[in-house]
Amino acid sequence: MKYMLLIYQNPATWRDLPEPDRQAIMSEAGALMAELTGTGEWVGGEALADPSTARTVRVRDGAPAVTDGPFAEAKEQMVGYCVVDCETQERAVEIAARWPDARLWGMEVRPLLSPGGVEM
Amino acid sequence: MTAADNLEGLLRDLAPQVLAALVRRYGHFDLAEDAVQEALIAAAEQWPDRGLPAHPKGWLITVAARRLTDQLRSEESRRRREETAVAAEPGPPAIAAPADAPAGDRDDALALLFLCCHRELSPPSQLALTLRAVGGLTTAEIARAFLVPEATMAQRISRAKQRIAASGASFAPPPAGELAGRLAVVLHVLYLMFNEGYAATSGPDASRPELTAEAIRLTRAVHRSLPEDAEVAGLLALMLLTEARRPARTTSDGSLVPLAEQDRSLWRPDLIEEGTGLVTGALAIGPLGPYQLQAAIAAVHAEARDSDDTDWRQILALYDLLERIAPSPVVTLNRAVAVAMVNGPQAGLDVLATLEGDGPMTGHHRLAGLRGHFHELAGQRDAAVADYQLAAQRATSLPERRYLESRAARLAGHG
Repeated sequence: MKYMLLIYQNPATWRDLPEPDRQAIMSEAGALMAELTGTGEWVGGEALADPSTARTVRVRDGAPAVTDGPFAEAKEQMVGYCVVDCETQERAVEIAARWPDARLWGMEVRPLLSPGGVEM
Repeated sequence: MTAADNLEGLLRDLAPQVLAALVRRYGHFDLAEDAVQEALIAAAEQWPDRGLPAHPKGWLITVAARRLTDQLRSEESRRRREETAVAAEPGPPAIAAPADAPAGDRDDALALLFLCCHRELSPPSQLALTLRAVGGLTTAEIARAFLVPEATMAQRISRAKQRIAASGASFAPPPAGELAGRLAVVLHVLYLMFNEGYAATSGPDASRPELTAEAIRLTRAVHRSLPEDAEVAGLLALMLLTEARRPARTTSDGSLVPLAEQDRSLWRPDLIEEGTGLVTGALAIGPLGPYQLQAAIAAVHAEARDSDDTDWRQILALYDLLERIAPSPVVTLNRAVAVAMVNGPQAGLDVLATLEGDGPMTGHHRLAGLRGHFHELAGQRDAAVADYQLAAQRATSLPERRYLESRAARLAGHG
């Protein structure tokens, strides 16, 4: 079963962290990714550019309205994600709990909808 | 069938025989498995141009054995370099066959299945390793089947092989006292393989290998080795009778069609005939087991012209037996359908009520979906809509969520 782990951060807090702390967080995440590749659970993931670079697009009455900034106005923003393939949701939560961002901000664990299904 | 299909079929039939020959001669299951994969790739590249060798199996064994001995030699010299500093500790025993190992190509596949379905491996690892070592699929094909990157699947397979090597598992057939338990694990892995393939057929990627076909092929091989085992025959029958419905289970856009609404003229009579014959024979041999009962239920569905023509009393009797010999929440859930068809929707709801509370099915979309169905049959529209909506929220598959959403919308009058 595949789960997406959505990584949330407060970009202002991130900027204010001392450089060694930021480095430690990055290498901790890197080590975890390597570990998950080794266990055969890593499916993929990407980091996102700063939320201030986002553009939000809404089409109203057929016309696109484009605004600067992320869709949801919140202090914490999604800054990246990874997808893991593991046996239980408990295991996915366990991985999320080890992600360094979980200690400072939060991680969201969401099951992916599988493309297949069984008739009822 | 094209020449390429024929070649692939031949190579995949020979794969477990070649691997078994290598493991018998040299041990080292993990390295032997790599060597066989390389030999299969070499054959797939060379045979179409140069023609089939006079003895394809002998060719593969020779090529694979050469790779394996090269590998063992380089491992040996590496180990000697490392051991100049550290005193050698005895490593895990290599997997070696007893000298009197019974020959026979048919039993090779079974012996490998016992090894790949090792108890210490998780089901996903058992599945992946079985597909590679016994099924002869490449890591890339297995990765596509499970929609994960090739590197992830390679890692899963390699870890599984390491665990088997470390456990000191033997290639010898399991002792008589363990045979039934070990066989049950193998059958469960084949059952999971089939289900994975059956659920995936509406997926968008047409290049995914057919796991249902692979599961049927491997189960046939086990059935040939153990023709007297009623549960093996029962599982094969269950797969064939389920596979028979596949042409009718989805529409052209991939939407799921429930059993009651399927166009049964699309069901495959050849598979129904074979599956029904197998399960009838198995029930006569005994002892009775859960795969035979599930196959028998599928056979009763298969002989009915439509849902109204179905012998629900017989299906209920079979589910009663199944619940007695192999009780599980999933069996109770399925039995509730038969109860509702025989005794009315309220009786079905009463069965579902036993699964609510703290049980493992609480919060499962199938429980809510069925409750919706029974409320719908009972004419309780609002309750049915609410249940279908709840089930749609809980679903973990896109086609199942779409189906539940459409049921809710149709009933609420805006579908």
